[in-house]
Amino acid sequence: MTSPGFIDRFKTGLWHENPGLVQLLGLCPLLAVTSSFVNGLGLGIATLAVLIASNGLVSATRRWIQAEIRIPIYVLIIASLVTCIELIFKAWFPALDRSLGIFIPLIVTNCAIVARAEVFASRNPIGSSMADGFVMGSGFALLLMAIGAFRELLGQGSLFARMDMLLGGDPMRGLVITDGGWLLAILPPGAFFSLALAIAIKNSIDRRQREKRQQAMPGRGRHASQ
Amino acid sequence: MNTTMFRSGVTLAVIAAICTALVALTYRLTAERIVANEQAWLERSLQPALSGLFYDSGVTESKIIIPPPHELPGSETAIIYRVYAEDAPVAALFIVSARDGYAGPIRVLAGIDTMGVVTGVHVLEHRETPGLGDRVESTKSDWVKQFNGRSLLDPEPTGWAIKGDGGQFDQLTGASVTPRAIIKAIKETLLYFEAHSEEIFAAAIPETNKEEIEQ
Repeated sequence: MTSPGFIDRFKTGLWHENPGLVQLLGLCPLLAVTSSFVNGLGLGIATLAVLIASNGLVSATRRWIQAEIRIPIYVLIIASLVTCIELIFKAWFPALDRSLGIFIPLIVTNCAIVARAEVFASRNPIGSSMADGFVMGSGFALLLMAIGAFRELLGQGSLFARMDMLLGGDPMRGLVITDGGWLLAILPPGAFFSLALAIAIKNSIDRRQREKRQQAMPGRGRHASQ
Repeated sequence: MNTTMFRSGVTLAVIAAICTALVALTYRLTAERIVANEQAWLERSLQPALSGLFYDSGVTESKIIIPPPHELPGSETAIIYRVYAEDAPVAALFIVSARDGYAGPIRVLAGIDTMGVVTGVHVLEHRETPGLGDRVESTKSDWVKQFNGRSLLDPEPTGWAIKGDGGQFDQLTGASVTPRAIIKAIKETLLYFEAHSEEIFAAAIPETNKEEIEQ
């Protein structure tokens, strides 16, 4: 892999290789916690922090790790980092920790994190690996926030409710648009519909851009641009 | 071959030591705050049943743990906190489980004063359907407030049911199982308190509780 500019990398993490939208990794937490914006944001931040730190640690130790034992070592590193994040959440964001419950410890099982350790951090220098953790984690976090906001808006008629869990202070009701909403959106099926919709929107935007590019450069064949 | 295995073993051990140190350090830095948070959360969650009461005792110190089987609602451990003013009993706070929720037991806090009048009810934990049964949460609707000031005399025991069942309490549109379960649990708690109030306030504060708080 050549070293592309940071902006290109950002586009890759957020769009072209978004862990949730394109690679479809870490779907269990994605579907389970996104019933509100603040839950999505909370789990997004936790995953982002773990991803940056695990990429950094894996990259820092990559010269000493023999190929045969790399997977147990990744598991060890990721599990320890998740435990640290869980303790930090319990200490500073207790309400959010209660709301996310088991899904904070379950970040260990988010395959997006092991995937980045294996594919990227084990073969790149520390700075670059942490940057990769940042862009990939941001891509995942933004998707969690978008789906959380969408489901909260449809399901409860509010937006950004209970931000106090992250910011502290009295319970906040957020922007209340209507009272009550379309129940299905916050139930588990709503999570699948929302994700499907997000993937469909992304694919349709990609296709439109591809068609535009083809019109601009008629010389290139249809298959070449794939 | 043996040297590779040895090297792998050493690498694993070193990484494990580093990771353990990292977790231990984080634990040292956060332990105090976590204990304080849990204490604060407990006190805050008892608050709905304490509002309007005058008391001068530390509520969480006077905990009685009642393991199952017991006569209180639910098959899980029940907890009673006693509230005193100038060493005279004021109220007892019960944490019990309503058995017949739509999706498993519902953990309910109910405060009852020495006259047998409900001082407040709060749903602590549940898995009821979002948008339907979850309106028993005080942040979502005022449904639980209707118990304030009620007792076994107001209404009579037969009136402790939702209106649809001939009782005196409001139901929730689209959810009757959840309110029914909670009303039944509160009624059973009131009956238990009526029969056992003297024992409850006479029981000594277990020393273990005090240690738990001080830690």
